[in-house]
Amino acid sequence: MTGTEYQRHPTVAAETPALTERLRRLWETAPGFYGWLATVDHKKIGIRYIVTAFVFLITGGIEALVFRLQLTWSNLHLLTPEQYDQLFTMHGMTMIFLYAGPVLSGFSNYLWPLLLGSRDMALPRLNALSYWIYLFAGVVLYSGFVVGFGPDAGWFNYVPLAARAYNDGPNIDLYALGMILLGISTTVGAINFIVTFLRMRCPGMSVNRVPILVWGTLTASAANIFAIPAVSLAFLLLWMDRNLGTHFFDVGAGGSALLWQHLFWMFGHPWVYAIVLPAMGMVSDGLPVFCRRPLVGYSVVALATVATMVLGFGVWVHHMFATGLPGISLSFFSAASIVIALPSAVGVFAWLATIWTGRPVFTTPFLFFASFIILFTIGGVSGYMTGSVPVDWQLTDTYFVVAHLHYVLIGINVFPVVGAVYFWFPKFFGRMMNERLGRWNFWTMFLGFNLGFFPMHISGLLGMPRRIYTYNEGMGWDWVNLVTTAGSFLFAAGVLIFLYNVFVSLKRGAPAGNNPWDAPTLEWATSSPPPPYNFAVIPAVASRHPLWEDRLGEGERSVISSGPVLEQGREALGTTPLDAVANIILKMPGDTLVPLGLALAMTLLTIGLALVNWLVAALGVALVAAAIMIWLWPRAGLGETVEDP
Amino acid sequence: MDIMKVRANLTAVLLGLSVITAGAAPLQYLSGASDKAAPVVALTWGVLLVSVVVIFLIGLLLVAAIWRRRPAAVESTALEKEEGGQNWLWIGASLSALALLVTVVWTVKVLADIQAPSDRPAVTIEVTGRQWWWQVRYIGDGSAQGFATANEIHVPVGRPVRLRLVGGDVIHSFWVPQLAGKMDAIPGQINETWIEAAAPGTYTGQCTEYCGVEHSRMQLRVVAQSPGDFRTWWAHQLAAPGFAADRKFIQHCSGCHTVRGTEANGTLGPDLSHLMQRRTLASGAFPNDAAILASWIADPQALKPGNRMPVVALSPDDRARIVAWLRTLT
Repeated sequence: MTGTEYQRHPTVAAETPALTERLRRLWETAPGFYGWLATVDHKKIGIRYIVTAFVFLITGGIEALVFRLQLTWSNLHLLTPEQYDQLFTMHGMTMIFLYAGPVLSGFSNYLWPLLLGSRDMALPRLNALSYWIYLFAGVVLYSGFVVGFGPDAGWFNYVPLAARAYNDGPNIDLYALGMILLGISTTVGAINFIVTFLRMRCPGMSVNRVPILVWGTLTASAANIFAIPAVSLAFLLLWMDRNLGTHFFDVGAGGSALLWQHLFWMFGHPWVYAIVLPAMGMVSDGLPVFCRRPLVGYSVVALATVATMVLGFGVWVHHMFATGLPGISLSFFSAASIVIALPSAVGVFAWLATIWTGRPVFTTPFLFFASFIILFTIGGVSGYMTGSVPVDWQLTDTYFVVAHLHYVLIGINVFPVVGAVYFWFPKFFGRMMNERLGRWNFWTMFLGFNLGFFPMHISGLLGMPRRIYTYNEGMGWDWVNLVTTAGSFLFAAGVLIFLYNVFVSLKRGAPAGNNPWDAPTLEWATSSPPPPYNFAVIPAVASRHPLWEDRLGEGERSVISSGPVLEQGREALGTTPLDAVANIILKMPGDTLVPLGLALAMTLLTIGLALVNWLVAALGVALVAAAIMIWLWPRAGLGETVEDP
Repeated sequence: MDIMKVRANLTAVLLGLSVITAGAAPLQYLSGASDKAAPVVALTWGVLLVSVVVIFLIGLLLVAAIWRRRPAAVESTALEKEEGGQNWLWIGASLSALALLVTVVWTVKVLADIQAPSDRPAVTIEVTGRQWWWQVRYIGDGSAQGFATANEIHVPVGRPVRLRLVGGDVIHSFWVPQLAGKMDAIPGQINETWIEAAAPGTYTGQCTEYCGVEHSRMQLRVVAQSPGDFRTWWAHQLAAPGFAADRKFIQHCSGCHTVRGTEANGTLGPDLSHLMQRRTLASGAFPNDAAILASWIADPQALKPGNRMPVVALSPDDRARIVAWLRTLT
């Protein structure tokens, strides 16, 4: 193979049966168990991410239902305090780290190459690695809990409560190292999204033409690259304090308890935006389809997405307003925490205007996307309230904050995600989801959610603290909690209807066709489900809505039915970062077990360190090194042996 | 519309709700009982009203946008053009920016107003959060000798009181919502804050930073008294008990507990001097009566599982003697 092969001019032609047959053979994952373990197909990995995340969502939901029972009325004792503490810690950790982030990675993994008119993500093996590490990190994080030693210091795990002196046993070590492992998964995933954005957009898709979901995930990925090192460092230092006798957080030996909080929230607050911005992107792309018009204010919404994330790095101290920081820094962080609402407000008005000036079609995805606007508003204004320091000194650590964060995480993540499943299910599986069940699903979830979580604002204003396993009578909280528990079970019933609809529709859903919603973007230009190579010929786009151009009367036309034919092995088209001008042919890797092997080796290392077993840890290090060597060994087929042309 | 009136009505509605549900809500903070709380209560209602108005406006716009009448479409596949709707963004962003800026200014103003009391503090109290109770030390000065107590803080009405908060083991958070917002008690640092009660009464407080298994039952009480009563109470705290220390108490309990004026001087557990002046046992978990005191001593783990007081093996007679003596510590 020579360097010129990357710079040849591919023939431009239309799709033919011979071509699609050849591409299918080149791109299809091997059949059977081997293929299942070795696939690097972004669509299979995306579905895996989504399914795994939903398993964690259901697990975390069951945990919550159990402890909601305990809080139904004063002085109930279904659970011991220890059980309660493990459950609420696992619930928070599961929902925030194992569901909310990964489910969005799943959608973006599946959708990005299709939205961008590409054959795969830029780094398919890294994509497989990121999934496997996520799965194994989830197993590590749950391993303590299933044998009765779950982490119990809350998901933000403050020291000294999480230090050895107050929390003996392997639970916190497993939590700490599991989180570092998960951080590796998120980091390699983020790198993959960024490189894909810069290199894999089809010709013509300049940065001002990518769907908003791409902006959301790109922004979140860039943020993760900066935010995750802080929390990984915090957990590493904690593990060292607990097992090697260091004193980073040990106040008695000159360490600092607040250091943990700074490191954790420097990550934690950007993470909150990272797990909502892609979901907001899904609404920005999905809602206009059902309003029969493009999004109002594309550029402003894209800029607001980036602005939110940038400001999001300057607000972490609002989790620490009551820690005795000086007034001047409180004022600064208070102002930043209030002003960050502005780009969100821009988004809300853009979605409202899109509905107002459009022609709404009342499908189930529309219901989820439209209701998101009001849930986002409620979660937004309660966040604005907690941004005001003197008010926050009362609100913080009460159920008002619990209400706020659930309106944010369920309102801005779960509702758009369920809407997105209804929206993209036909593309994933070639079948429509049942609309009638969809209505039942929506209204049960919507009513259950508001019935369950809105009253938490009131119990918070009546002074109910977070994280209490029970409360005395006479505090004024009994009835509010009864309603909350009832609502949470109704909400859970809504989720059950959703799962039932998924299973029914997988088997008996009506055939979807390529573009059942008459949507404008590239993923709807290919078949449902898409072929392994996504697009037989690489499209070239001329606008943000290639499939609507005729009707919108836009000047130039995108070219989708014919384009560069790349069939000499697994090939994809590389383009320039800003204007997306084709400039290279990329050789893409096929099925491989190496990502799985590396993920297993890393997990072994994690377990060795958690058990402080140096032999196991050393074996893990050796296997990690070996797997990386095999991975990076230059291969002619991938062009890794070619001299720079 | 008169904002104060609206506020009063809304307070009535929300408090009314709590009254209907279970009597009172001692930890609510929609009304306050001190000059420090007042500007914060006003700000809280201010941002709450802004929030409610925003939710209603957006809700109305959403419903109107969905169901407003539209001219019939020319054909079913017709699309609306991309232009249009931009005015929504500018108007919406401008109004939001205005509300947000006003909030920032108001916030900084209130923050400055409550930073320090207008008057010199009448007394300085060091409060140490411990798993799962509050150690309280009154710092003496030239005119009065200091002393220690636990879980109940007496203060003079109408005078600012300086609090020095310390974390004795893990992080706790001091919160008496009727008097002031939260301030954390963190190991290795001293956080200063202040409170001032406008009227005599008992104000409930609660630890609000999750601190381990009995975080839920780590309450405290602030008792506000007239300055005269407060001085009397202080003097009484310094007095020795009227009866000689029980031998069994010294033998079994003095390793952890102090009773001033006796040989008992342990510091691991709460100071028990004048225990019978306190309304509750185990940091607000139970009312302070003889039966509960007896069962607490018999098996503290049954009443408040996980707390740091071990089960001490005592014969029933010895236990009765100890309870009887503790009951004399008025």
